Amino acid sequence: MSTTIAPTMRVETRRQPLPPRERLERIFSIEGLDAVYSGKPAVKNVTMEVYKNLVTAIIGPSGCGKSTFIRCLNRMNDLIPGFTQTGTIRYHGQDICASNIDPVAVRRNIGMVFQRPNPFPKSIRDNVAWGMNVLGIKDNQEERIERALTQAALWDEVRDRLKASALSLSGGQQQRLCIARAIAVEPDVVLMDEPASALDPIATQAIEELMHNLKSEYTFVIVTHNMQQAARVADMTAFFSISQGSEGQRFGELIEYDATEKIFTAPSDKKTEDYVTGRFG
Amino acid sequence: MSAQGLTGPNLRHDRLPRRRAVNRLMETLAWIAAAIAVGILGVVIFSVARHALPALNFNLITKDPIQFSLTNAPQGLRNAFVGTIVIVGIATLMALPVGILVAIYLNEFAPASIRNAVTMVLDVLNGVPAIVIGIFVFGLFVVGRGQSGFAGSFALACLMVPLVSRSTMEILALVPNSLREASLGLGVPHWRTTLSIVLPQSVGGILTGTVLAVARVAGETAPLLFTSSLVGTQTSWNPQHALQTIPVAIFELSESPDPADHARAWAAALVLLLFILFTSLGARWLANRNRSKLAAR
Repeated sequence: MSTTIAPTMRVETRRQPLPPRERLERIFSIEGLDAVYSGKPAVKNVTMEVYKNLVTAIIGPSGCGKSTFIRCLNRMNDLIPGFTQTGTIRYHGQDICASNIDPVAVRRNIGMVFQRPNPFPKSIRDNVAWGMNVLGIKDNQEERIERALTQAALWDEVRDRLKASALSLSGGQQQRLCIARAIAVEPDVVLMDEPASALDPIATQAIEELMHNLKSEYTFVIVTHNMQQAARVADMTAFFSISQGSEGQRFGELIEYDATEKIFTAPSDKKTEDYVTGRFG
Repeated sequence: MSAQGLTGPNLRHDRLPRRRAVNRLMETLAWIAAAIAVGILGVVIFSVARHALPALNFNLITKDPIQFSLTNAPQGLRNAFVGTIVIVGIATLMALPVGILVAIYLNEFAPASIRNAVTMVLDVLNGVPAIVIGIFVFGLFVVGRGQSGFAGSFALACLMVPLVSRSTMEILALVPNSLREASLGLGVPHWRTTLSIVLPQSVGGILTGTVLAVARVAGETAPLLFTSSLVGTQTSWNPQHALQTIPVAIFELSESPDPADHARAWAAALVLLLFILFTSLGARWLANRNRSKLAAR
């Protein structure tokens, strides 16, 4: 059966064709990941790989465990009481959940931008500088601040008021500041948990642009509700869906993971097809 | 009735007049209850002020009392004011770090099981009658060594710790989790996140809780009767000896046969009352300022 995709779902053409997967460098190798909140499974048996210098999008309906999954990648769920996970997540071949791994070191390499902008109640400059100071990045700070803000497409808007409170910025500006803050400490991977869900279309576009421009330096994993956004920014797309266990409990599951183009034009799973064509979710 | 001016399908079976009457009755009862609460405070302040005014003058804080005075030489309660400042000050220094660290541990680091258990212990400690704390400290420090300002401070500190830590916990819980996650997400260690992100957000609130705790223990009498009440009439800043305090002075003066002593007891009571009133108001002002700062984000 041929899949018809709504016109708005056209996949961006400026994307270069992906080389074969075995030639891509693997950042994450996730195997059999199960995540459980106080006995309630959130995601089950996720196995996938995340490749270097690509944007990987995680899409799926509400409650399918997208956020849970992405928060596993930098051990952000450690902070949640009652959370347990099994399976392995290898980051450059190292198991990040091994007992000898410090979660702080994991997060130092794998930064995160959250759903709602959460700038520190400090000045715009200090929001970017604070992380660098704490983590001991002391050389060329002013240049680094300018570079991070420029990369986050915010510099022109704030260059004259770096001393102003970050809370005086608009929501979209705050979110870009959070991205600048995250990349200022030069992580290897930037995880984004629905970074544009609280933003207007213009701010959303700015954030998509910057991901596109920065992916040569970083690896992005982005959770999004918005399929158009995944189609626009992502090289690879993973589709998660809600499944029902034998005892009726609901949990999230990875249904299909492939090149974005393939997911949106020729998905191999019926559930993916239903989702991307808008028949479900 | 005016509410019947509107007709609609849903009004037909409603007993609107009855519901309005019940509503008005409940409102009135609540209003009366509030008026009683305010009224009690008003009557207390009024009666204390009425008795206190004749003796209220600067001698109260600049002159020491005179034992067995047979003249009309002016006397005051300077020793009690100084003693209260010293004892409450030392108690605050003892209780503040402990209370705040307990709260930080419980709110930021402890697993839920420990947090619940220790929180309950704090609540129980908060409910222990002050006189029981007094006897405890009496047995611990005073027996064999004699009374001292330190013993009094320790007793008051025992009362302050649960107050400070419970209020600090509440303030820390107000700091949005998203800020902690923002910091941790950068790869900043937990302790550094607590110190540099969480605490600066809560300073105002912690201060408020401390001020309220100070106001509360400054008026405590029972623990001090056991630990710092056998005193002379000299002003002393040395906490190694028993120091006079305002609540104990009020208690002792009220048992004196001399009406002038009664007047001074009333005056001291008024000063204590005003101190507690103004520190509470100040604390509330600080809390509001802090809350609106938090709400701004």
